[in-house]
Amino acid sequence: METLTALFAFWHEQAGKLGEQTVQHIGLTAASLLLAVLVGVPLGLWLARRPRWAPAVLGGAGVLQTVPSIALLGFLIPLLGIGAVPAICALFLYALLPIIRNTYEGIRGVPPAVVEAARGLGMTNGQVLRQVELPLALPVLMAGIRTAAVINVGVATLAAYVAAGGLGEFIFGGINLNNPVMILAGALPAAGLALAFDALLGGVQKLSARRLRQAGAALLLALPLLAGGYLLPRATGKLMAGFSPEFVGRADGLPGLTKIYGLTHLPSVVLAPALVYEAAHNAHVDVIDGYSTDGRIRAYGLRVLRDDRRAFPPYYAVPVVRPALLRAHPELRTVLAQLDGQISDSVMTELNYRADYLHEDPKAIAAQFLKQRGLWRAPRPAVAGEPVVRLGSKIFAEQYILIEMYAALIRSQTDLAVETKTGLGATNICFEALRSGAIDLYPEYTGTGLLVLLQPRPAVVDSLGGRPAAVLNYVRTEFRRRYGLEWLAPLGFNNTYALLMRGPQARALGIASVSDLSGYLRQ
Amino acid sequence: MTDVALVFRLGLLCRVPASPPPVIRVSHLRKHFGAHAVVQDVSFELAVGETLVLLGPSGCGKTTLLKMLNRLIEPDGGSVEINGRDVRQQPAETLRRGMGYVIQQVGLLPHYTVAENIGVVPRLLGHAPAAIAARTEALLTRLHLPPARYAGQLPQQLSGGQQQRVGLARALAADPPIVLMDEPFGALDPITRAGIRREFRELEELRSKTVVLVTHDVAEAFELADRILLLNAGRVQQLGTPRELLFRPANDFVRYFFAAERLALQLRTLTLDDVFDNEFLHDANPHTTVHEALETLTGTAVGTTGRFSVAQLMAAFGAALQREEDAWKR
Repeated sequence: METLTALFAFWHEQAGKLGEQTVQHIGLTAASLLLAVLVGVPLGLWLARRPRWAPAVLGGAGVLQTVPSIALLGFLIPLLGIGAVPAICALFLYALLPIIRNTYEGIRGVPPAVVEAARGLGMTNGQVLRQVELPLALPVLMAGIRTAAVINVGVATLAAYVAAGGLGEFIFGGINLNNPVMILAGALPAAGLALAFDALLGGVQKLSARRLRQAGAALLLALPLLAGGYLLPRATGKLMAGFSPEFVGRADGLPGLTKIYGLTHLPSVVLAPALVYEAAHNAHVDVIDGYSTDGRIRAYGLRVLRDDRRAFPPYYAVPVVRPALLRAHPELRTVLAQLDGQISDSVMTELNYRADYLHEDPKAIAAQFLKQRGLWRAPRPAVAGEPVVRLGSKIFAEQYILIEMYAALIRSQTDLAVETKTGLGATNICFEALRSGAIDLYPEYTGTGLLVLLQPRPAVVDSLGGRPAAVLNYVRTEFRRRYGLEWLAPLGFNNTYALLMRGPQARALGIASVSDLSGYLRQ
Repeated sequence: MTDVALVFRLGLLCRVPASPPPVIRVSHLRKHFGAHAVVQDVSFELAVGETLVLLGPSGCGKTTLLKMLNRLIEPDGGSVEINGRDVRQQPAETLRRGMGYVIQQVGLLPHYTVAENIGVVPRLLGHAPAAIAARTEALLTRLHLPPARYAGQLPQQLSGGQQQRVGLARALAADPPIVLMDEPFGALDPITRAGIRREFRELEELRSKTVVLVTHDVAEAFELADRILLLNAGRVQQLGTPRELLFRPANDFVRYFFAAERLALQLRTLTLDDVFDNEFLHDANPHTTVHEALETLTGTAVGTTGRFSVAQLMAAFGAALQREEDAWKR
């Protein structure tokens, strides 16, 4: 019941967006279906005349069908970029098999005696096709189109990953934010659309074989009309933004940014987090969201726009430890403290770049960094029976590099053994591992500690005002109080949300901060 | 090769200026499917109003031969002329619209009503809707399918026999001078079949048509044919009237082909005229077959007979058979 109320509240709040996404969803489905009918039906008819080719063609279409949709989109992006074109193309390919196969089977299912009689009476091949074969194959053919339509409504949710819009924007935003209401807000209309398409085509099918002309005309008229919805004039502006679904959905993402900077006149598309950097790099979009220490910033020559009004909460990296560890081995405190404030945003970006793009080993990157800072010493020989320090990390390169640095420091400056537990997945897993004592330390971010783990009332968050010191102080105090865990000193960098632009474009437009961007857009 | 010689002689006869030109002239027609020769060097001519039955065992090439007449199958060699004109000189569709076509599976268009099915060819020919409707009604009435009840029905609502009658009506709708039929009664049960065959024989519409009919049923062939073309393995075994095939078989194949039903065929072929001298006949119809006369005498059918008993009839029949036998031996 609560979910239902929340769902209606969400729809009410996002009515404009819901309408737009629904129209886009219908448009994508109808456009791809139309193309698939225009290609698939003639191809099916051709196959019915040349059954020798049927196994090859149907097999080919079948292989297309088995390619996972997300992988198919992945193949199409390098060829077609992002936006409606690759989405419609992928949907078109999915719709082909049921349409070709059912056309082929439908025509082959027409009793040979009927066709022979029709030819024997003096119908031309065209007349046999139009007056006999197509009307009799129509129920099977339409069943194929219905199947394709329902498949496409489902797959069209993935269009949100390539900036083509549709109800997937809500769904993927909801998945990323772990927000069931938001998922339902997109999934329910999508399910409704699938039923509506099925019913509509079912209606066309029931026009019966006697009204082939009407059925065909209805179909070929309705589909372009529906597809046309996609072409409705959309907001355009000086710059185009591409955002990940999570950024669009969460309060401290785009909504907060819009409120604080008055960021208007920035039309945006939604696309997969993995694709935003590519999209900016290839100039499909101009402004993207990202993480301020992502290696791709370096790789693609992007510029991080300064968050001069602190719209994004601070996400300073800080090692979180079990106090028992420090009590048992007090010498660790100074060992760990050697990295305090040592790693700036640009240094971390560089290190991430080397891990993610140059595919260097995190261990080697860590060692090299320590050597540069004069912190590197050879590890001491292992002493049997010494206690083990267990270091944990989430699964991405930045965390791997950080714990390799700590591991190297501990091994070279104490007799303690070190065990690294990488790949603990998401925040919650690391946090629970630390609480239960499965690990002794992992690097956490102040913003994550605040918003994901502590989840204080909004008033508290507002009172902190996004000031880094205040946030750190709050999480440190609360972690001590609630969980008995200790936040040490920050490493120096702030891996937070950031708006990014291509370096040359940002320089040319004189945009260095989010305020500059907002000002430029309002000019 | 006596059959070919016969055909050749017939061909010569037909070219005598006085006799009407043949409606259908088939010359040296050949067809191969792969290495298999299905039709080999078949020739015949048909005059207006004649009914030719293509008879033979399964796979003898009779259906292929029929389909070459309306170009559903294109021959590998030889020619087909309709009214003196090679069929390849006009589009196949135009050719077919001028010929009725009836097949064993009927092949009614399942999404068309009975009336629409019958109207297919006139519609293709661009006849006026009112004329088509009138013609459809007339045909349905003549085939004992009251239009008020049947015109609006779909084919699947009809029995097999009714469907075949609609198929026949469809073939006759545009009043084509030629009708091709491929086992038209083959799918029907024996009783329905006999009934429809009788209707068919008595149908005024068909009397004036030139008909080519394919069957493997010997009794059917004898009942309907003016002449029979007996085929085996794609070759003509004999072309002639039922009586010629029965009493003057051209070879052993022809003789053995009719062996099982010889007596029944003889009873149906010989008429009172053949077995009796005129004084026996009196007011009896001389064209009544011996079989029919027997049925009347034994009370299974109603009709007028001459003043003779079953014994006299059978004796005369036996004598007539002997005469035919002697004539053939000479």
